[in-house]
Amino acid sequence: MINWLAQIVSLTVYNLRTIPQRMGSAIAAAVGIGGVVAVFVGVLSIAEGFQAAMKTTGADDLVIVLRSSADAEMTSGLSREETRLIADAPGIARTADGPLASAELFVIIDLKKRSTGTDANVPLRGVERGVAVRGDIRIVDGRMFTPGRNEVIVGTGAARAFSGMDVGGRFRVGQADWEVVGVFSGGGGATESEIWTDAAVLQPAFNRGDSFQSVYVRLTSPQAFDSFKDALTTNPRLKVKVARQSDYLIEQSSMLTSFIKSIGVFIAVMMALGALFGALNTLYSAVAARAREIATLRALGFGTSPVILSVMFESLVLALVGGTVGGAAAYAAFDGFHAATMNWQTFSQVAFAFSVTPQLLASAIMWAVAIGLLGGLFPAIRAARLPISAALRET
Amino acid sequence: MRHLAVVWSNLKRKKLRTSLTVLSIFVAFTLFGLLCTIKEAFTAGVTVAGADRLIVRHKVSLIMNVPVTYGPRMERIPGVASVVHWTWFNGIYQDDPKNYFASIPVPPEPFLAMYTEYALPEDQKQAWLKTRTGAIIGRSLADRFHWKIGDRVPLMSPIWPRKGDEPWEFDIVGIYEAGKPATDTSGFFFRYDYFDEGRARGEGLVGWYGVRIDNPERAAEVAKAIDAEFANSPYETKTEPEGAFAQAFVQQIGNIGAMLVAILSAVFFTILLVAGNTMAQSVRERTEELGVLKALGFTDGLVMILVLLESCTIAILGGFAGLGLTLLITSRGSPVPSMLPVFYFPEWSIIVGAVLVFALGLAAGIVPAMQAMRLPVAVALRRHW
Repeated sequence: MINWLAQIVSLTVYNLRTIPQRMGSAIAAAVGIGGVVAVFVGVLSIAEGFQAAMKTTGADDLVIVLRSSADAEMTSGLSREETRLIADAPGIARTADGPLASAELFVIIDLKKRSTGTDANVPLRGVERGVAVRGDIRIVDGRMFTPGRNEVIVGTGAARAFSGMDVGGRFRVGQADWEVVGVFSGGGGATESEIWTDAAVLQPAFNRGDSFQSVYVRLTSPQAFDSFKDALTTNPRLKVKVARQSDYLIEQSSMLTSFIKSIGVFIAVMMALGALFGALNTLYSAVAARAREIATLRALGFGTSPVILSVMFESLVLALVGGTVGGAAAYAAFDGFHAATMNWQTFSQVAFAFSVTPQLLASAIMWAVAIGLLGGLFPAIRAARLPISAALRET
Repeated sequence: MRHLAVVWSNLKRKKLRTSLTVLSIFVAFTLFGLLCTIKEAFTAGVTVAGADRLIVRHKVSLIMNVPVTYGPRMERIPGVASVVHWTWFNGIYQDDPKNYFASIPVPPEPFLAMYTEYALPEDQKQAWLKTRTGAIIGRSLADRFHWKIGDRVPLMSPIWPRKGDEPWEFDIVGIYEAGKPATDTSGFFFRYDYFDEGRARGEGLVGWYGVRIDNPERAAEVAKAIDAEFANSPYETKTEPEGAFAQAFVQQIGNIGAMLVAILSAVFFTILLVAGNTMAQSVRERTEELGVLKALGFTDGLVMILVLLESCTIAILGGFAGLGLTLLITSRGSPVPSMLPVFYFPEWSIIVGAVLVFALGLAAGIVPAMQAMRLPVAVALRRHW
């Protein structure tokens, strides 16, 4: 047993020390695998980042109410009377100013993207007690908008992604000029991609009469959800659906996230195949070039399994080096990269940052290891099967 | 011709190595083809846009409606040939938002006259003009839900409820085909008169206008005249060429072009390195034989060409197989019709792909080929591995 291990160690060390002699092919194999890892991490960091932006910082007691036939806030509609009925339902937390419920309007306006200068659908939300209901909205620059005036506050993501969204900036919607008076953070990435104003000002600007699109509600506790939902859905005067905001956002982002993920995995699989063929080539030639040495070693008494394991170990080292470099390069290039895309389900822009998570890096390294092992296995078996007498004669 | 036999036997001497190299190039070009197809799927609206068509919409955003009465007013503006209005209906089939497709009420006759890329047989057109509840649908939408002419389809719209909250009922009277390869055939078009009479609210409002102009060179001028016509009204407009509108829409998703170029560069760099290294190695191993060839009277230039032919053959075998597989895959239609309704391998990508195949063959072979050319016979024959 000790002898067996000693054989593996000495063969492996010997293999690794000969790498400089075939630097070209070794680098090609490592770069091939590094490329796979970099692309895999790069594409999936988009999906991770988008998903992270669609997570809320709010707890399970933040709930959204829409008209039952609506699939998103954009297509929903609720009358003033309906929003009052919703705010009177049991289970809603209360403060001195009344129930923590905010009837809101959700529209989109055209603004220019800073990166491309082209029009983008930016969500503009009219809120009542939106800040109190969310609970974690903080003004990081400027001040809060004054109710009744054409003033807006802008989420940090929107401020970064769209032109003119700095404090003091002005933009025109319809007949009126609007002024940016503050920048806010909190509520999660999707909220930070929005512009907020007073619902009462937004209604006439968009010819909405006295109607709203959604009601956001803070419950007394997460456990109050079921009774709150039952109270609304069984009320014959209401036709609404009720969802926790976290569930609602996950559903809203599912189409885009799963699309990016499947494309990312598809590209990675294809590239992994390409890199696998490259690694196989490298190691087959390495084994072929050393046929005589390997035969000599085996004639000296080295066993079959140490020969196999040492070749596979070499391949593994190349894969790990390539994978680590590829992963590091992807991390340096993509992590925190700011972008904004259109969420197809809401038709509006979401600002987000690419996110290279540790899990993503770990699974990329797993890919590299799998390619390395697979790429080493067959050449290793060939090395072990070389007929000694023939290989010794080879020139 | 007999030289090709030399190339061929060289390729056959290490079958495993040759096949692995061919396979990795095959994978690279399959990926190239599919990524080009995806890019085309995103930008199909730009490709299909008519140079003589403008889009007129509410200045604030696309979700705001404009009055239907704007149509006749625009038609009176000099340079405007015809006007068609569209409205986003957001129809939902069987109460499941996942059964998503674009559903739009339009005035049938002007619509078909302006958007000639929707190819509808004449008898089906007549049927649509006769049937108030008639709808025409695209081929891919028909395939997706197995709808055929004569079917009755109920849709609910969260934006436009029908009077009495009943579902909207439509009779499929026609199925249109793609008049151009990039035409979206996932659409559902029905008659505006039926829609306007049935909706519970918002009568007389439409989503946006398509405007055909007499002379594409005067597009900017006509666009300005249209916006000026409606300036300072409650519904101010924004007019731009259809292509610019589609381009801006693509940009909303992100810079897809740049991302695909980045991915493809990574792929090609990797594959080029791997394939080039293999080819270089196989030439190095044959130094002695190349010396023999030269001693037999092969010129330096011929030896170089032989090596280049070898690398190009590998690239062509792998590359064209990859492009061919892409054509095969895309000919079966979109795997995700709700996300990417248009899915085909555009001609320009096939040409770019073919050029890349040769570029790869030359780039991978040029270094070993130069080495082989410069190799002095005596040195080659003495070299021993």
